[in-house]
Amino acid sequence: MAVTMMVVAVGLISPLHAQEAAAAAAGRVEIIRWSIITAGFALAIAAAFGALGQSRAIASAVEGIARNPSAAGEIRGNLILGLVLIESLVIYVLLISLILFFVSPFGK
Amino acid sequence: MEKLEHELWIVQAVNAALGPVVRAMLHALGRPVPASGDVIPDFLVMSALIVVAWTILCLVLRRHLSVEQPGRVQILIEDGMRAIEGMMHEYIGHTAPRYLPIVVAMFVFTLTGNLMGLVPGLKSPTSSLNVTLGCALTVAVYYHVQGIRAQGIGSYLKHFVMPPGAPAFIAPLMLVIETISHISRVLSLSLRLFGNIFGEDLVVLILFSIVPFIVPLPVMFLGIITAVLQAYIFVLLTTIYLGGAVATDHEKHEHGDMVAGEV
Repeated sequence: MAVTMMVVAVGLISPLHAQEAAAAAAGRVEIIRWSIITAGFALAIAAAFGALGQSRAIASAVEGIARNPSAAGEIRGNLILGLVLIESLVIYVLLISLILFFVSPFGK
Repeated sequence: MEKLEHELWIVQAVNAALGPVVRAMLHALGRPVPASGDVIPDFLVMSALIVVAWTILCLVLRRHLSVEQPGRVQILIEDGMRAIEGMMHEYIGHTAPRYLPIVVAMFVFTLTGNLMGLVPGLKSPTSSLNVTLGCALTVAVYYHVQGIRAQGIGSYLKHFVMPPGAPAFIAPLMLVIETISHISRVLSLSLRLFGNIFGEDLVVLILFSIVPFIVPLPVMFLGIITAVLQAYIFVLLTTIYLGGAVATDHEKHEHGDMVAGEV
């Protein structure tokens, strides 16, 4: 869910930022351009593999609940915990991407 | 993104009222004073707003509490408290009610803070790393202190160097690993909350700047889910860390390895 929104965010931020970058000094443009490309790809890869990991976790949990419905509560708790820990890795990449977008540490 | 956001009136009002005092205090303490703009940042104003609002709400509620005829709000809050207590009981055991106040306070603060971003004229304080890092540091200090109180300082520190049943030569390695793991808990707690709420607000903001009508609504609805989920998760991880810190060896064997593997 959040992963999907992050992908949406990347798709929508880039045109905004590209306009700003075009007005910047010529030497910095190249670096900023590459940081945007890097940030986009980093988030795309993180979202893809995070989604893969989450899907595996959910599939196993649903299978487990289907086999033993009485254990649903405990499985659900562990599932949410696992999903959160997977998702926080994607969030780290989101933060790195946001830093690359807005701060551009190498474009200064 | 400053250009997309306009100044919040409540922040302006607070800065107009308290700004000169804070400026003078900063100057007296020898801290750097910002030359122009707001001296009180908006996340501080919003955090204070949450505290004040909940204090007033609870003071009003306290008058209407009753054992014989509980009102709707009382039943709602009691159910919520019971749900949190049940979750805590699962991970901490029979000593769980001792730690209920701070966990509920954290839940209330993060939940309100997360949801505030969806209200026009307000901003999520949790979309600032300062606030989430403050919450995470509070949790970290609290569970260390409670761990020492529950087990004694020697026994608590022994957990850092020697997991039960491990050979002695592994101790130096374990010390490094455990230290890194406890620092990374603070980092992951704060960055997770900050990243989720900041990202969420950013998506809504960008959608608003492109299509300022109807289109951001589904995303804002997802924002409600994210806000509640992240508050719950913050509290869940707090509970798990607390449970890991205060559990004695005897209780740990009862609960199995549930509290061992998390970051």
